Amino acid sequence: MGIILKVENLSVELYGETILENLAFKVEEGEILTILGPNGAGKTVLLKALLGILPHKGKIEWRQGVKIGYVPQRLPFIKDIPMSVGEFFKLKKTSDKITRDILKSIGLAEDILRKKIGSLSSGQFQRILVGWALVSNPQILLFDEPTTGVDISGQESIYEFLEKLKEERGLTILLITHDLSVVYKFATRCLCLNKKLLCYSLPKELTPESLAQLYGGEIKLYEHSHG
Amino acid sequence: MSIAMDNQFLFILIAGIFIGGAAAYLGSLMLAKRMALVGDALGHVALPGMGLALLLGLDVSLGAFSFLLLGIFLIWLFEIKTSLPTEALVGIAFVASLAVGFLIVPEPELLEALFGDISKISFGMAATSAVFSILIFLIVKSIYPKMVLASISNDLAKSEGIGVKKQNFIYLLSIALIVALGIKIVGSLLVGALVIVPAAAARNLSRNLKEYYSLSIILGILSCFLGILLFEFTGFSAAAMIILTSTFFFLVSLIFKR
Repeated sequence: MGIILKVENLSVELYGETILENLAFKVEEGEILTILGPNGAGKTVLLKALLGILPHKGKIEWRQGVKIGYVPQRLPFIKDIPMSVGEFFKLKKTSDKITRDILKSIGLAEDILRKKIGSLSSGQFQRILVGWALVSNPQILLFDEPTTGVDISGQESIYEFLEKLKEERGLTILLITHDLSVVYKFATRCLCLNKKLLCYSLPKELTPESLAQLYGGEIKLYEHSHG
Repeated sequence: MSIAMDNQFLFILIAGIFIGGAAAYLGSLMLAKRMALVGDALGHVALPGMGLALLLGLDVSLGAFSFLLLGIFLIWLFEIKTSLPTEALVGIAFVASLAVGFLIVPEPELLEALFGDISKISFGMAATSAVFSILIFLIVKSIYPKMVLASISNDLAKSEGIGVKKQNFIYLLSIALIVALGIKIVGSLLVGALVIVPAAAARNLSRNLKEYYSLSIILGILSCFLGILLFEFTGFSAAAMIILTSTFFFLVSLIFKR
């Protein structure tokens, strides 16, 4: 298992404000690294910096030739656009065969290709977004906070779905989440972020103290909502 | 009707059909809400340029296009210098240009500049319109998927390695070009409608992108074609007839909204 991503001294400043300060961590191949942190902690900014779409200081070192898939948090405008699922894939010039393979892998039937994006259920839409990120056949997925609570099809949660994909495609996954149960069940490593790196550990090493420090008073709320 | 008149009418139809189609195709990319203003505003930005061209005896499209380039550059510059939203900047450019244009355009030509005068369309103008419309169509076709992706999400587009700023700039240039052509048909006040209205109607009726842009183009062409026919038979302003035809399509599309 090699190292797929190495981050050193990473700082991001936006509009004169420091959003991320001096982060350092490594991601190994095959890991599921969850990024925990309160609102405004800079989690999404971190993903965008890793994608290279935000200016940053410090070192972000991807393994050479690595392909990255990005699943954004929300796409508020997409439902206003008259576009079928098939056309959404075609925006990337995806071949029909690849699209079919991906549909199989994300567990959707081919007739969804003709459906309007705006008419999908949130679970279907989430799957399509993941599928779309898989088009380039990436080795690593950056996933910005899946809609928690949405059962993606009956019993299977988005996380079980991701874990299956990970096995099938040998993916490494970086995942922003608010859901502590996800961290305990699925993550191999966990990163706590609030502008600075507050923890970088195995999930079982997360202590109530470190979580309290991360979230302040909010922690109770999180434990209850996903108990 | 003389043969010369018949030819003239043919030139008008050719210019109208090509410009109407290309403008509507461009309009179909105004997927993000704030973009809709841009086409409208740029029509007004063209006005001072038209005034100068009239004073100097140059082609109004040429004058309009140079001012449009200036307008785009200024909006882009303000965008970097301030944190105001683009629509506010576009709004400022819009009213300032209208005021300057009102001062510059000689009074006898003001009505023509504001509402167009298709009786002046020559063979050369029809041919130029057709060539540039096809050019615009090809340019827009080449950036279409990237622009759609950028409308969905700038970040998603950037993560795919798309230079969003460059695509936007090409798009704005195409709008400037179509506006410079369109002012001859419907004038600077209404040229924005050529871009916006057919696409708005098409969006109501479409389930997917292909239907959407095809229908935009068809409605854009039909609006110009029927509007010019109405002008020919009623003698009312061509600009008004074209825009009212497209508005009629929009109203009908509300009934059949999907």
